[in-house]
Amino acid sequence: MSSLNAKNKDAFHELASEKSGSKGPKARLRNCARPMAPGTAVGGCAFDGAKVALQPITDVAHLIHAPLACEGNSWDNRGAASSGPTLWRTSFTTDLTEIDIVMGHSERKLFKAIREIKDGYAPAAIFVYSTCVTAMIGDDIDVVCKRATDEFALPVVPVNAPGFVGSKNLGNKLAGEALLKHVIGTVEPDEPGLCDINILGEFNLSGEFWQVKPLLDKLGVRVRACIPGDARYLQVASAHRSRAAMTVCSTAFVALARKMQERWDIPFFEGSFYGISGTSEALRRIADLLVKKGADPSLLHRTEILVAEEEEKVWKRLEAYRPRLEGKRVLLNTGGVKSWSVVHALMEIGMEIVGTSVKKSTLEDRERVKQTLKEENLVFESMSPRELFSLLLERKADIMLSGGRTQYIALKAKLPWLDINQERHHAYAGYEGMVQLARQIDLAIHNPMWPQVREPAPWEQALVV
Amino acid sequence: MARVVSQTKSAAVNPLKSSQPLGAAFAFLGVDGAIPLLHGSQGCTSFALALLVRHFNEAIPLQTTAMNEAAIIVGGADRLEEAILSLKARTRPRLIGICTTASVEARDEDVAGDVENIKRKRAIELVGTEVVLANTPDFDGAIEEGWSKAVTAVIEALARPDKQYRNPRKIAILPGWNLTVADIEHLRETAVSFGLDPVILPDVSGALDGSIPEDWMPTTYGGTKLEEIRDLGATMQCIAIGEHMRRPAEALQRLTGVPYVLFRSLTGLENVDRFIRLLAAVSCKQTPLNVRRNRMQLQDAMLDGHFHMAGKKIAIASEPDQLFQFSDFFTAMGAEIAAAVTTTGTSKALEMVPAKTVKVGDLSDLESLAATADLIVTHSHGREAARRLGVPLMRVGFPMFDRFGSQHKLTILYRGTRDVIFDFANIIQANHPPNPWPT
Repeated sequence: MSSLNAKNKDAFHELASEKSGSKGPKARLRNCARPMAPGTAVGGCAFDGAKVALQPITDVAHLIHAPLACEGNSWDNRGAASSGPTLWRTSFTTDLTEIDIVMGHSERKLFKAIREIKDGYAPAAIFVYSTCVTAMIGDDIDVVCKRATDEFALPVVPVNAPGFVGSKNLGNKLAGEALLKHVIGTVEPDEPGLCDINILGEFNLSGEFWQVKPLLDKLGVRVRACIPGDARYLQVASAHRSRAAMTVCSTAFVALARKMQERWDIPFFEGSFYGISGTSEALRRIADLLVKKGADPSLLHRTEILVAEEEEKVWKRLEAYRPRLEGKRVLLNTGGVKSWSVVHALMEIGMEIVGTSVKKSTLEDRERVKQTLKEENLVFESMSPRELFSLLLERKADIMLSGGRTQYIALKAKLPWLDINQERHHAYAGYEGMVQLARQIDLAIHNPMWPQVREPAPWEQALVV
Repeated sequence: MARVVSQTKSAAVNPLKSSQPLGAAFAFLGVDGAIPLLHGSQGCTSFALALLVRHFNEAIPLQTTAMNEAAIIVGGADRLEEAILSLKARTRPRLIGICTTASVEARDEDVAGDVENIKRKRAIELVGTEVVLANTPDFDGAIEEGWSKAVTAVIEALARPDKQYRNPRKIAILPGWNLTVADIEHLRETAVSFGLDPVILPDVSGALDGSIPEDWMPTTYGGTKLEEIRDLGATMQCIAIGEHMRRPAEALQRLTGVPYVLFRSLTGLENVDRFIRLLAAVSCKQTPLNVRRNRMQLQDAMLDGHFHMAGKKIAIASEPDQLFQFSDFFTAMGAEIAAAVTTTGTSKALEMVPAKTVKVGDLSDLESLAATADLIVTHSHGREAARRLGVPLMRVGFPMFDRFGSQHKLTILYRGTRDVIFDFANIIQANHPPNPWPT
C-alpha cells in the first residue's frame, strides 16, 4: 500500500490544475483534495471517478476487481454513446466472495477472469480496476496485468484508484495517469496529419460530441482521439501523434494534457463546447494551435468564415426563444466546467443567473464564473439539500439546472428542473446544443402542468362548485 | 425440487445482484424519520443512492462514513462516530441505520463494539435517536439478505417483551423487499377490512410512494413509527412474507413470544386463499365483500389469461424469494420455467422453485439459457439481453429504472395476481398475436 500512498500524494500535488501549481500547496489542496467528511459527504469515490473517465472507451473490456457492490450497483448508469463497439456496456467484475478474500484466491481469480474475457469477448484491451477491498488485501493488479499482457499478447491495463484514496475527481486524474503510463504512446499511427487533435475529457454523453464533430470535419480538422467519448483503444494508444489538444472537462484530464505537452510537445488549451461564444472560441483556439504547429494558415480564415456562418444561423434560431426566456431566473447546481460555460451561455440568451455552484471547479473555472457574473454572492460551494431548497425559494428561481442527484429538491418544491449532468437525455454541446438547451428550458418552464400541480387541493379551497 | 448450481466462472458478466448493504439501507428507508448510513468509502453510498433514486424517482436520504485511506489502515471507528454525531446534529433523525460494507468487514472490524462505545460515550448527544447496526458485507448475500438483516436488527434493538397485554386486533406484518409500495398499501387495506390493526415493518410507503412533504425532509417521512416497533410485543400474530423474513420473525418471537406464520408468496390464488383464511381466523370475522369480489375477478382473469400462458417457456432471474414468487405463479398458470437464475445460493426458497435447476449467476448466464424462451423475467438490466435475443422482457424486482411506476404495481393478493396475469398475457399477446388477421 505504501507505493500506492506515494502515488496518490503525487496525484494531489502534481495533478492539480495547470496554473494552480504556482499558487502554493494550500491552493492546490483546495483544488483537488477537498476532505470527505463523514455524515455529510456526497459524491462518488476515486474508483467511481476512474471508471467514469475511462469506461466510454468502447472496444475495451472494463473489469472491476472487487466484491459485487462496486460494479453491481453502478453499471449501466451512464449514457455515453458509441458509433460502433458496444463492449464497454457489458459489465465485468470478479465479484469476490468471502471465500476468495479469506483464502487469498483473489489474484488468481482475477487472472482467470482476464482469460475468460479474452476468450469470450475478444476485446481490444482489458482495463482492470482495483477497489477498496482488493487494494486493502494487497492484490497487486500491476503484476497480474503485466503477466496477462505477456501471456495473452493483449494490452491489460491496471487502473489503481481504490475508492478510499479520495474523491471522484481524484479518480479522474488517476485514470489519466493510467493512460499515460500504459496506453498513450504505445502504438504508432499509420498516417499522422498536420490537423490531428485530441479532445480530452469529452464523454460524448447522449452523443453530444457528434454535434461538434461535423464542425471540425468541415474545417478538415481530424479528431485522432476523443478521450474517452466514443474512443477506440488504438486511437487512445496513438494519441501522442496529435498536433494539439483541447481539454473539455478541465478538472478531469488537465494534468494528462499537461504531461502530454511535456512529453510529446502537444500544446493544449482548456475550452468548452457549451454556449455560442464558447464553441466559437474553442474552434478558433484549435485552429490557432494547429497553425502554430505547422498547419496551413488558411485554416484560421476558414474557421472565421465557419464561425460567422454558424453563429448567424444559431442566433436566428434562438430568436424564437428569447421572448419566452428573457429575464427568467436560473439556479445552477452543477460543477466543473459547466459552472461557468453554461452560465455564460444562458446569459447570452437573456436569462438571469440567481446562483451557481462551483464544486469540482478548478480555480480557473471559479475565476471565470466570477468574471462572468460580476457578483460574489451568486457563487456557492457545495450545499446541503435543505439550503438549496431554501435558496430556490428565496431567490425566486424559475428553474433549477442540475444533476439527477438534486432533481427532487426542485421537483418537490414544485419548480421546473432540467438535467444537465450525465443522465440527461438531450445533447447540449455546440451551436446545435444551445438551441436544444433553450428549447428544453422553455419546455420545462412553460409546461402547462405547473399551474395545475400547484393548485391547492379541493378540500383546502372555499366551497364553490 | 430444484437443484441449486453454483457459479464456476471467475468473471461475473452483467451482474444480476445488487449489494447486501443496499438491501439493508432499503429496509431502513421503511422506518419513519430514519437515515441509513453506509460504513465504507463514499462510492459505496453514492452507487447505492444513484440506483435507489433511479428506481424510485424519489429523493433518498442515504449517508456515508466516507472511509479514507487513514481509516482503512487504522480502522473506521472515529469516522463512524463523527458521521453519527454530524447526522444527529444536522438532521435529527429518529433512527440511524448503519450498514457495514466490504471495506470494514474485510478488515474484520468490531463495528458492533464501536457502535456500543459510541452510544455509551455520546449518550446525551444521542437522546431521541436510535442507532441500529446491520452487518452487511458486499462479498456476501444480496438485497434480500441485507433487507432481512436490517429488519432483524431493528426488531432486536427496539422491540420490547410485553407479555402482559396483547391487543387482539393488532397483528405484525413483516413484508419482504420484493413487495412494492402498492402491495404494502393493499396488504394494509385488506387487513383493516377484516377489522385488524396491522403494524407493517418495514413500510416503504410514505417516503417512497411519491408523496410531497411541505418542507425539505433530510430523513425518511412515513414508514413504521419507532413506537409501533417498540410495541410489536403487543401484537397477537406475526405474518412474515418470504423465506428471508423468517429470521426477523423468529427474532420477534424469541423476544416477545409473538407467534409467526410464514408465507413464501402472496401471489397466486392458493397462496392468497391461505392468507385470507388466516386473516379471517385471527380477526374472527367474515371475509369482507370487496375481498370476495377481488377473488372472483382473479378467477375470471385466470380463465381468460390461461390460454396465453399455457406452455410458455419462461426464463427468470431474481433474488431467491422473488424467483420463487413468480416461478410458482407462472407454473400455476400452465407455463414452464425454462431457466432460473438467482443471486445467492443459501436460501431455502430456492429448493421450492419449480425448475430443474436454479443457477447462481449473472445476466449473461440468463442470456445463454434464454435463447428459446417466450419471455424473460428480470429487472431493467436485462433489457439488452432481451433485445439481443429478441425475447420480450417482463420487468420485475430491483432496479427498474427504465419504466415508470414500478412501485405502484400490485403483485400480491387477489388483485395483484390478477394484474400480473394481465401484464404477462399482454406481453405474450403483443409478441405472439393470437389472431390470424392483422390487428
